Amino acid sequence: MLLEIRNLHAAVEGKEILRGIDLAVDAGEVHAVMGPNGSGKSTLAQVIAGHPGYTVTAGEVLYEGRNLLEMPPEVRAREGLFVAFQYPVGLPGVANAQFLKAAVNEIRAHRGLEELDAMEFLEMLKEKMALVEMDPSFISRPVNEGFSGGEKKRNEILQMALLEPKLAVLDETDSGLDIDALRIVAGGINRLRRPDNAIVLVTHYQRILGYVAPDRVHVLAGGRIVKSGDRALALELEAKGYDWIQEEAEALSR
Amino acid sequence: MTSKETFLAAFADLDRRGLAGPAWLRERRGEAIARFAEIGLPTPRDEDWKYTPLAPITATTFDVALDASDGREPSEDEIAPFCVGPASWSRLVFVNGRFSAKLSALRPLPGGVRVGSLGEALITDADVVRAHLTAGEPLDAFTALNEAFWQDGAFVDVPDGVTVEEPIHLLFVASTPGRARVDHPRNLVVLGRESRATVVESYVALAGDIYLTNAVTEVVIGPSGRLDHQEIVLESGRAFHIGRTRVSQARDSGFASCAVTLGGRLVRNEVHTILGAEGADCRLSGLYVVGGQQHVDTHTVIDHVSPRATSRQLYKGILDGRSRGVFSGRIVVRPGADGTDAHQANKNLLLSDEVEVDSKPQLEIFAADVKCGHGAADGQLPAEAIFYMKSRGLDDAAARALLTYGFAHEVLERIGVAPVRAWLDGLLTARLAGGRVTEELT
Repeated sequence: MLLEIRNLHAAVEGKEILRGIDLAVDAGEVHAVMGPNGSGKSTLAQVIAGHPGYTVTAGEVLYEGRNLLEMPPEVRAREGLFVAFQYPVGLPGVANAQFLKAAVNEIRAHRGLEELDAMEFLEMLKEKMALVEMDPSFISRPVNEGFSGGEKKRNEILQMALLEPKLAVLDETDSGLDIDALRIVAGGINRLRRPDNAIVLVTHYQRILGYVAPDRVHVLAGGRIVKSGDRALALELEAKGYDWIQEEAEALSR
Repeated sequence: MTSKETFLAAFADLDRRGLAGPAWLRERRGEAIARFAEIGLPTPRDEDWKYTPLAPITATTFDVALDASDGREPSEDEIAPFCVGPASWSRLVFVNGRFSAKLSALRPLPGGVRVGSLGEALITDADVVRAHLTAGEPLDAFTALNEAFWQDGAFVDVPDGVTVEEPIHLLFVASTPGRARVDHPRNLVVLGRESRATVVESYVALAGDIYLTNAVTEVVIGPSGRLDHQEIVLESGRAFHIGRTRVSQARDSGFASCAVTLGGRLVRNEVHTILGAEGADCRLSGLYVVGGQQHVDTHTVIDHVSPRATSRQLYKGILDGRSRGVFSGRIVVRPGADGTDAHQANKNLLLSDEVEVDSKPQLEIFAADVKCGHGAADGQLPAEAIFYMKSRGLDDAAARALLTYGFAHEVLERIGVAPVRAWLDGLLTARLAGGRVTEELT
């Protein structure tokens, strides 16, 4: 199993958000985690990434059978985990190429590969940028500074393409995208699907699932996964909204 | 110990042996030392020196006698690391304040352009030097000392309508093993009507010596002339540097200057610009990157004398260890200087809890229809950005180093001379490796 989450509880600023998540993701799979606002979707992504603002209060997360929660965020990344953030942070004065080259070389070093020099890296960068249809001007622009929402999301997918993760968790990468940007982002994700890696799409809408077909769909409500199913579940959610799920969940916990 | 009396005694001694220069200069030297005798060295009670105590200087026993250096001139190999730019640049090298013909390299320059030693120009270009070497009134203590004691420095004179394409590099090298010297380099840069030039002025040390550089650079820019000026302060980690650039700008002239300070125990950079005629434009920027016990003080005065002149200032500091940063920016808009457009910003990045920053803007506006703004911001590296970078595989030190570099980038990108920018970029990247600003360079 690539990722195994067992009874995960997590809190932010003393408030418990995740209340017992169980989730197993195997290589070659695409999972969708859906849920209404405030259900804990982003918290799950941040905890997996290792954000210091979130405290795990119970449960465990195993990555390739090892305790993920004990690894510092940079080690998680080097071990092949990638989280695309909902709100990527700007890095003033740091050129995209400069940052991405540093990241690629850290991860290559960890994998026992030789560092890429500036020319080799630039070639690789241009190739991956074409994949997400990014203008070459983004090579020298400061990371996420003055980027539109859609550009930031594309930049996240660009990073994912460069870092070639084993497990990618995409936190609402589809939100706020117009239809063209959604198509480009989804295309980028599909091209990175391989039998030896896995993708977790965290999303509010089933829209992106029309482009990236999931193997499993989970519904998160009140900090727990309350329902799992196949693609049909996403369509049902789209048709009926989230209220019935929440009612069902409340009925169950009673 | 070094005090007012130390300098007065040294001057008296010099006077007995015969002051250097023509009669008018000797007279000016006498007036300057009289002025210094009257005001003495600044103390924290002087508003302009409130945050920069001179105790580290006065506690040092300097050898203020002006006899030429100890005879050991550095080799070309020793100064090579500081010779930024290709061989096509003219380079004037000064060792302990004295022109070194051996280490200097003068390339062919357009007709009428004069580049050389100011000491020699007193003889060869006496009229130009006398007309422009003014120092301003009233003299402050360090300028007065420079005026009284200066022996040499650079002279650049570009006649009307001439553009000097290649930068001119003025390299001041301190090499004073075993002697705490005081040197007073004096530079004069004169640009005529519609002439253009680029001057790179750097102060460097070959070893970790104790010394004091008290430099004055005077710049006179004629109508529609333009000077690009780059200053680099890379003094020894135990040295003191007091430098003043005084600029007088004519109608529609342009002055752009960037000062980067990396080395020196105590450094004071002053820029005093007089926008003396309509349409003059002045763009100042600076970057200081300090750690350990370093103290850097930037002191600017922009004097908007005439209408519709523009000034822009951006100074950024990166401070670590127990270092101190001082910024004092004064903008004066004189009566009648209507339509002035002035802006000033000072931003500091604090990498340690023990650093101290004092930022003091002063706007004095006596005209109408004036756009005048200032801003100051001090902060630390944003935790969210560090986490974001870690989530991409960078460790803490690499993330901090890159973000710190990013903070400096806003100033670096303003350096118009590509080889200088690349050279400083390399120095800075090395200095920030590990995400901290280490103790002084040398």
